[in-house]
Amino acid sequence: MPYPVEQNEKFSAYTHPERLVSTEWLAAAIESGAVRDGGLVVVESDEDVLLYETGHIPGSVKIDWHTDLNDEVTRDYVDGEAFAALAAAKGISRDSTVVIYGDKSNWWAAYALWVFTLFGHEDVRLLDGGRDKWISEGRELTTDVPSPAPGNYPVVERNDAPIRAFKEDVLAHLGKPLIDVRSPEEYTGQRTHMPAYPEEGALRGGHIPTAASIPWARAAAPDGTYRSREELEALYLGEAGLTAGDDVVAYCRIGERSSHTWFALKYLLGFDTVRNYDGSWTEWGNAVRVPIVKGADRGTVPSSRPATAAASN
Amino acid sequence: MNTDSLPATLAEIVDDFQALTEPERLQLLLEFSRGLPELPEHLKDHPELLEQVVECQSPLFLTIETEKGDGGAPDSVRLYFKAPPEAPTTRGFAGVLHEGLDGLSAQEILAVPDDMPELLGLTRAITPLRMRGMTAMLGRIKRKVAASARFQG
Repeated sequence: MPYPVEQNEKFSAYTHPERLVSTEWLAAAIESGAVRDGGLVVVESDEDVLLYETGHIPGSVKIDWHTDLNDEVTRDYVDGEAFAALAAAKGISRDSTVVIYGDKSNWWAAYALWVFTLFGHEDVRLLDGGRDKWISEGRELTTDVPSPAPGNYPVVERNDAPIRAFKEDVLAHLGKPLIDVRSPEEYTGQRTHMPAYPEEGALRGGHIPTAASIPWARAAAPDGTYRSREELEALYLGEAGLTAGDDVVAYCRIGERSSHTWFALKYLLGFDTVRNYDGSWTEWGNAVRVPIVKGADRGTVPSSRPATAAASN
Repeated sequence: MNTDSLPATLAEIVDDFQALTEPERLQLLLEFSRGLPELPEHLKDHPELLEQVVECQSPLFLTIETEKGDGGAPDSVRLYFKAPPEAPTTRGFAGVLHEGLDGLSAQEILAVPDDMPELLGLTRAITPLRMRGMTAMLGRIKRKVAASARFQG
């Protein structure tokens, strides 16, 4: 049974307020025993693989983006069988309400939520502000790792198409709106990787033609919560130039930062068709015969597109 | 590569990691993150004396100092690290290097193979990217030790 949705003024302005919960709400739900009796499953998903072990929200379970959600061999996510096994082991059933939170303004938590959505998990929500907000408010942490009763999770095949774009999809999409959520230095091509992530570099620096540059963190307030609807509209409708109903693709470097933006566009502003291109710049920047644009200008779609032309011959 | 080429304490640490299952290795790394000592007084208020290792995903600062050896013993190298508690993986790597290398001679530290971090058997769980931070940390220590040895020689 889905757990009741939080009602507050900030969330009610969003298109899908049921996708967010506040720290106050979660603390009250835990207090009421919702996690203990299995009505609510709280999941921590961080960049740092050991952070959960240093202390986490009482009753929460850990899901690691790399060891749990990525396939070990193929550059892809786990399949339906592995996901069902993972979910069941974490005490998650198909109809569970899942609340995900994590470090770095929910950067990886949003990524985990996006992967849950690939499997069509219905009720999955994000803790607004994530781990840092919970801690800064002095709320309870524990190092006790729960052993939940196994969930009942069917094997569901992933349905990538609605929210995931592959390179070929992006080539076909050129001309429609793209949001590049990397840093300005990565967008212009000054840098081919994030300052601290040299191994995820690319051979060329720049961006996908016509992509608007809106670094992901601009959607977050200093306390890590999502900005208000009004502020998000100024960012994406104003600055990026999106219009309601647009078909949008967001990308970054490996698809995690863009999950944070995907969430904002899809659930907070209500764009129906938003896809995350998880191949992102590590694929596009290294791919043969795909067009890129260098510098701060968005650029234009090249008239001949060798990669698609070659594919259709 | 095997542990024969490593200084005794570091070889022991590597053996400990290798004897464990993957989840236990992560637990051991967490213990090393807790065991990383605080900076000594004379470095605490002097961030400018520490260098940042930018390859690490989280802020990691380090420096080395040389202590004169007693009665003909070679000088020993002291290692100092600083990493925030919200970066346990980075702190864990620093803890391994601290316990394994602190107090050794410059020559012993310079002889540690650059790819020593691979021996811990953490690459699959930690990701190659996270391992890179540890390799960079070791590299930075060796560069600083080499520079300091040249200066004194």
